[in-house]
Amino acid sequence: MADEEIDLKALPDDELVEQMFDDLYDGQRDYVMEGVNILLERGWEPYRILTESLVAGMKIVGDDFRDGILFVPEVLQAANAMKGGMGILKPLLIETGAPKLGKMVIGTVKGDIHDIGKNLVAMMMEGAGFEIVDLGINNPAEDYIGALEREGADILGMSALLTTTMPYMKTVIDELTEKGLREKYIVLVGGAPLNEEFGKAIGADAYCKDAAVAVETAKDLIARKHNQVA
Amino acid sequence: MTDRLTEMLGDRDWLLADGATGTNLFNMGLQSGDAPELWNISAPEKITALHNLFLNAGSDIILTNSFGGTRYRLKLHDAQDRVGELNKAAAQIARKAADATGRKVVVAGSLGPTGELLEPVGALKFDDAVAAFVEQGRALLEGGADVLWGETISSREEIAAIAEAARQLDAPWCGTLSFDTAGRTMMGLTPPDYARLAQDLPKKPIALGANCGVGASDLLRTTLGLSAADPQAVIIAKGNAGIPKYVDGHIHYDGTPELMAEYAVLARRAGARIIGGCCGTQAEHLVAMKAALEGERPEGRPSLEEIAAATGGFSSEDDGSKGAPSGDHGRRRGRRRAAAEG
Repeated sequence: MADEEIDLKALPDDELVEQMFDDLYDGQRDYVMEGVNILLERGWEPYRILTESLVAGMKIVGDDFRDGILFVPEVLQAANAMKGGMGILKPLLIETGAPKLGKMVIGTVKGDIHDIGKNLVAMMMEGAGFEIVDLGINNPAEDYIGALEREGADILGMSALLTTTMPYMKTVIDELTEKGLREKYIVLVGGAPLNEEFGKAIGADAYCKDAAVAVETAKDLIARKHNQVA
Repeated sequence: MTDRLTEMLGDRDWLLADGATGTNLFNMGLQSGDAPELWNISAPEKITALHNLFLNAGSDIILTNSFGGTRYRLKLHDAQDRVGELNKAAAQIARKAADATGRKVVVAGSLGPTGELLEPVGALKFDDAVAAFVEQGRALLEGGADVLWGETISSREEIAAIAEAARQLDAPWCGTLSFDTAGRTMMGLTPPDYARLAQDLPKKPIALGANCGVGASDLLRTTLGLSAADPQAVIIAKGNAGIPKYVDGHIHYDGTPELMAEYAVLARRAGARIIGGCCGTQAEHLVAMKAALEGERPEGRPSLEEIAAATGGFSSEDDGSKGAPSGDHGRRRGRRRAAAEG
């Protein structure tokens, strides 16, 4: 249809944000970054840009991922575009002391190098406004627990893709329990072979089928935790 | 010279593959997080015992204990320089066990995913992935593997890298993908996508199919999709024995031998000629599968309803076979890309 270049600067705010949703969806990093800069020039608060353009746009990507419309390659590209925008906003968000949803320590368990799903969750969580401490691959229990305590995190996210590494998630949870720390953290687990019953049986708070579900679950459990405290 | 797998396919209607490596090695004391491949050197008697479980159950094809044997996977265990040693030993152990049976058994050299994302989505270059599979495949062939066998692959690029490695090694090969995400692979490939893709690979596989994934019913649906897209292809079905549960400190897959027997017959009727199990599949499952395949079987392709009634429901409404190929999502797409493409 339209084969002329869209001039982002010429769009009113609402249409620009809509366009940014589309550009995020298509993984157009440069355009997303341009959009963020234009909104900043127009005097938007960094936190408003984050929530109303990037987070809202990634929600669409996440929903379509959950519904089997988008798959890993498209979501990675979208997340990469989102990261471009985040890169601009991050220093400004710190400066302005914007509210944070929560902090998550994440990594694949000992013996497991399969980090594609873990990376997706980290990016989608970041896209939803969480702070992420990514421990990478192959984490023994002490690394997870050390990072949780050091960082004052709210959530532990563990990923395992292999029959031979899945049981290690239980080891980490048991260790948390032994140290009397289990109640302090929300524990989310994920990975292709897992299921809800498995998550329950090893003592996690929830099993998350994919990155989009992880974001929804994390938001939900954080809200409940805050309600308990209040 | 015809390879042993092609020869056996010429003589037989179906072949029984093997069962789970990880699940069974756990039962022999493997610790969570350890690399099973290291046992090829440090505890070869256990790997022999694993193969014998399957061989005694009647497997015609056994896979070597080398799923995580590329340098990328072994790096985690600081064994990236032992690719040749560990893979050659894997094949030697399997060869010896297979030959000891006195019957014709195919030793398939297992090649698992590197765990890296290949270009353009990720950073691993195609040529580097090919080199890793060549390195692993060469050692497996030296150790006595009859064919190379890629399994649990999810991306177009990685299965192509295995095909190219097989071409460079001039080795016969098979390849199975894991269709675990709404009936597609994690990277969005549908069963017909794979059947089409297989035609254009650098070297055509002897057999193609599916392994792992989500339970028996999904895998049967995938088998139907593959055989519909390419009725000439030799199709492999290697599904999990149910879904994993955590029981008394162990991973337990909940599929019974009876369920796997139903699955095996349905897989044959759906068009698979090489039938085995993946995670959770133990000797008793294979015994039941073999007996069922040798017994009286109904004819004709099963409907999805029949599959669901026999082995349970599906994880998603459809498997994308009928819809648009991945990336061409229908619901909503960015205007800019539409402009660029249109």
